[in-house]
Amino acid sequence: MAIEFLPIAILFVLAIALAVFIVFLGSIFGPKRYINTKMMPYESGMTPIGPGTRRMNVRFYLIAVLFILFDIEVIFFLPWAVVFRSLGLFALIEMLVFIGILLVGYVYAWKKGALEWE
Amino acid sequence: MSDPINLIANWLQGLLLGLGLSVGLTKIILSFVGAVVVATIGMLTVIFLIWLERKIAGRIQDRLGPNRAGPYGLLQPFADVIKILTKEYTTPDGADVVVYNIAPIMAVASVLLIWAVIPFASTVVGTNLNVGVLYIMAVGAFGLLSILMAGLSSNNKFALLGAFRSVAQLISYEIPMVVSLLMPVIFARSMGLVDIVEAQMPWFIILSPLAALIFIIASMAEVNRAPFDLMEAESEIVAGFHIEYSGMKFGMFYVGEFLHVFTVGALVATLFLGGWRGPWAEQYPILGLIYFYIKTFVGYFIVAWVRLTVPRIRIDQMLDFNWKFLTPLSLVLLIITAVLDRVLVLVNSERWVYSLVMFLANILIIWATVEVLKKTTSKPKRKEFPMRPVAMAPETSTSTEPSS
Repeated sequence: MAIEFLPIAILFVLAIALAVFIVFLGSIFGPKRYINTKMMPYESGMTPIGPGTRRMNVRFYLIAVLFILFDIEVIFFLPWAVVFRSLGLFALIEMLVFIGILLVGYVYAWKKGALEWE
Repeated sequence: MSDPINLIANWLQGLLLGLGLSVGLTKIILSFVGAVVVATIGMLTVIFLIWLERKIAGRIQDRLGPNRAGPYGLLQPFADVIKILTKEYTTPDGADVVVYNIAPIMAVASVLLIWAVIPFASTVVGTNLNVGVLYIMAVGAFGLLSILMAGLSSNNKFALLGAFRSVAQLISYEIPMVVSLLMPVIFARSMGLVDIVEAQMPWFIILSPLAALIFIIASMAEVNRAPFDLMEAESEIVAGFHIEYSGMKFGMFYVGEFLHVFTVGALVATLFLGGWRGPWAEQYPILGLIYFYIKTFVGYFIVAWVRLTVPRIRIDQMLDFNWKFLTPLSLVLLIITAVLDRVLVLVNSERWVYSLVMFLANILIIWATVEVLKKTTSKPKRKEFPMRPVAMAPETSTSTEPSS
């Protein structure tokens, strides 16, 4: 079981090493001239006003909550899809009930206007 | 001679065992060689893809594309690489340096990791995971993290906006993407990509064309290609999350994007177009490799074609399209596929009856969707302007002129 993950671990290390190496190559060949104004964050040629990190819009938060709701559901679907033929009718009805409960939440979110971006 | 790749692998294994190495160490070295080959092929493919995409873009937009460096401009990507390597790295003031530098490396590594589980031919596969589909989803999330890290650490408002937009988009489209991935899992009764390819007696695009369509659309959003490239909308937020990256660090994002598009092509080929399947692919695995690459390029070409043809959509349209159209549609498809599968297995139907019923059900869903859309969506009302004469007829113009 664990031996199946060995090539993935090796590929992971190798991919990171390759990317680090290429970025390192760039630092060898590239010039290094430090100028104060060059290191300023870009803001259309103006001096930046205020800090670069701001509060985010609450609408992004709503999307993230919706994503968590649906993604956990989808994670339950994956093992179910593998075995539902051998588990018989029970697994099918069980999952239909599960989707039904989820759809109630989905319709509620839609009616409440959580899906609107205006 | 029918299987040169495994011939080389067996030869290498024999050689290493002959040198007196243990079996475990031999396996590690073989995996390492395989990983080097996959990573190198990936990088070389990207260099070719950059040329190919620019050439396709030129043809579609009625211009020539790169044609100066080398024959047909083939050396253009190499010129680009040399140029980008000799550029200076600038790190903006106030940036979170560690996170800022990890982000481009993760952008490439996350995409390369997907290639570990894709079966290239009947005998050539990095590793046969039994949770392949889940692994693809998990590794794909690394790319999202790299974008978020780049945006948050750059100390730039545009980068932050681009990162928020892209994360909103990526997590939204992940849901229809995973649900559409469930259809191959249901048909093959396994999450392993090798099993999925072997189960495709008729290709799964015939069993479930709608799932393939949803998967391609959601993948286009996942790789941030037009029409879903809101995160780097040049006219609104300059370049999005990679605005503060220069030189090869920017190049890493660029390579990661191209490699991701190619990976989407490979996933479409593996999950829906039969992977390495084709005539005589079982006897000659090298043929399977060629079939796999052709199918991958078909998938890649579709994504590139759409990118070059349609304009960018607005952020509210993007979210509406996902939450109010793709997600419910994919759930309906899932329910109907599951119920039909259950019924067809109960009546113990033949393989071709099963395929035909599934295909017709998909066509029916597509037709019903189009009908529902016709009923529910309202056309945007345009103000009617009366036709204005562009030029007056000569006799009327002479008659209206005051006679002197």
